[in-house]
Amino acid sequence: MTETDDAWFAGVDPGDAAAAAAAIREAAADEPRDWPALAVESGFAAEEAEYYDRLHAATVDAAREAARAAGRADDQQLIHALRAMDDAERTANELAERLEEWAGALLDVDADATGLDFAAVVAAHEPADATEERAVSLAQRAVDLRDERDDLRAFVERRAPEVAPNLAEMAGPVLAARLISLAGGLESLAKKPAGTVQVLGAEDALFAHLRGHAPSPKHGVIFTHEFVRGTRPDDRGSAARALAGKLAIAARIDHYAGERRASVHEDLRERMETIRARAESESDETTDGDDGGEVAGGDGAADAEVDDE
Amino acid sequence: MSELPAGVERRTVAGEARLTTAGEPVYGEPTVDDRRVWDAGRSKLGAMLELGMDTRLAGGEKLLYLGAASGTTVSHVADFAGPTYAVEFAPRPVRDLVDVAESRPNLFPLLADARRPREYAGVVESGLDCIVQDVATRGQAEVANRNAQFLADDGLLLAAIKARSEDVVAEPQAVFEDVRATLSGSYEILETERLEPYHDDHLGVVARKR
Ligand SMILES: C[S@@+](CC[C@H](N)C(=O)[O-])C[C@H]1O[C@@H](n2cnc3c(N)ncnc32)[C@H](O)[C@@H]1O
Repeated sequence: MTETDDAWFAGVDPGDAAAAAAAIREAAADEPRDWPALAVESGFAAEEAEYYDRLHAATVDAAREAARAAGRADDQQLIHALRAMDDAERTANELAERLEEWAGALLDVDADATGLDFAAVVAAHEPADATEERAVSLAQRAVDLRDERDDLRAFVERRAPEVAPNLAEMAGPVLAARLISLAGGLESLAKKPAGTVQVLGAEDALFAHLRGHAPSPKHGVIFTHEFVRGTRPDDRGSAARALAGKLAIAARIDHYAGERRASVHEDLRERMETIRARAESESDETTDGDDGGEVAGGDGAADAEVDDE
Repeated sequence: MSELPAGVERRTVAGEARLTTAGEPVYGEPTVDDRRVWDAGRSKLGAMLELGMDTRLAGGEKLLYLGAASGTTVSHVADFAGPTYAVEFAPRPVRDLVDVAESRPNLFPLLADARRPREYAGVVESGLDCIVQDVATRGQAEVANRNAQFLADDGLLLAAIKARSEDVVAEPQAVFEDVRATLSGSYEILETERLEPYHDDHLGVVARKR
């Protein structure tokens, strides 16, 4: 019966709906098998049709419960996960640097790889003495930490659309989480004017500007968004302002309504098309008062649009 | 134009030939002769059929659908396919997906991450006829490769690849080349076609497991 050990129905009483749903949620297996045939063979169901009926009842219950449980996910958990992801990445890279210095001199390893790739090479090395053992062990920690970073990223990608569906769709899940983290929560992000959203993550540059040392920053972390990065430098200020305006609206819809709104995404696409079309007809450019990178209000308009929804 | 799977039929709606399937309506889609209109503008697989790609679907397949979202497309798929496993990792759309599945005994919703087949390999059976994939996330080709283990020899992959999910600034053409190369690790590519005008910067892929 070892063949069915990994089956979701292994050890499940077919009459026990709660147990069946729990088993679906906990099931994990190295590889799939012909579960319907094995279920009939092991007596879980009399025939395949009955198996599929039981599978249907169990998966529907399990998915409903799992979705409900995850629905309680809140923005603070998302923030912790995102910050932990950044910490894991930074620390993994620091350890990798240390290793390059240490193991690079100590071990005879192929030095083509750098950073964490180098750490992975070192981790696979067979240590010959106590010193090498320490270096190899440290390399393994660095590699594990990188895997943890990847898992945290996957978690953030999965949770951000749940916490803030519109913001995650517009910004991408990781940038959405970053904005929520920088604001300290979805509610406080929803209360920020668009001009603040535009420069979140550029606080240092903003303070320098306010003290009169530097030009006003055009964008903070939203620079990583393709609408800003992929726009030619002259128009990035406009692009950042338009994007920030829509992100602010998206955050408000997510906080106050909590459901997806197609119109805000459509609006942003149109705005961006206009800005990019302008770049294409750049030769006879005329100033339309919307250029330049100053951080401007724009939230009055944004508010009006939220009311329109 | 390739043949439609049994269970998918064209009907004339407002003077236009539209794809339809028979089943319980789910998202307020229009119906004609008790059949549900399948909108290619809201469904990549619908667009692949509408564009005449040879999906090789005959109807009645056992299949795995990756990226089911709230079930718009997979509801139509379950109307003509056999046992249909639907994987979606965002909890919010899964709530709607569960409603869609409730009236379809052959549709099995799973809240799971398609990058981690281990999570559902104890539920989804082996030897499937087809994988339909629409995950719109980075690493789409890798997702397809990891899930090839569920397919029978010669099993089919029908995937919609969204260029912007891989790289927001790169030329779609370049992204699609990379995707093709990665996919060829586990699949033989039979046909690809851009999904315009239904979906911008998406590539429809028909491939067979190696
Ligand atoms: C374009 S939508 C799919 C629309 C759907 N196929 C339809 O036509 O009705 C992409 C979906 O893939 C999901 N997704 C992205 N990455 C995923 C992953 N790793 N595992 C499972 N689902 C994923 C997203 O949450 C989203 O709901």
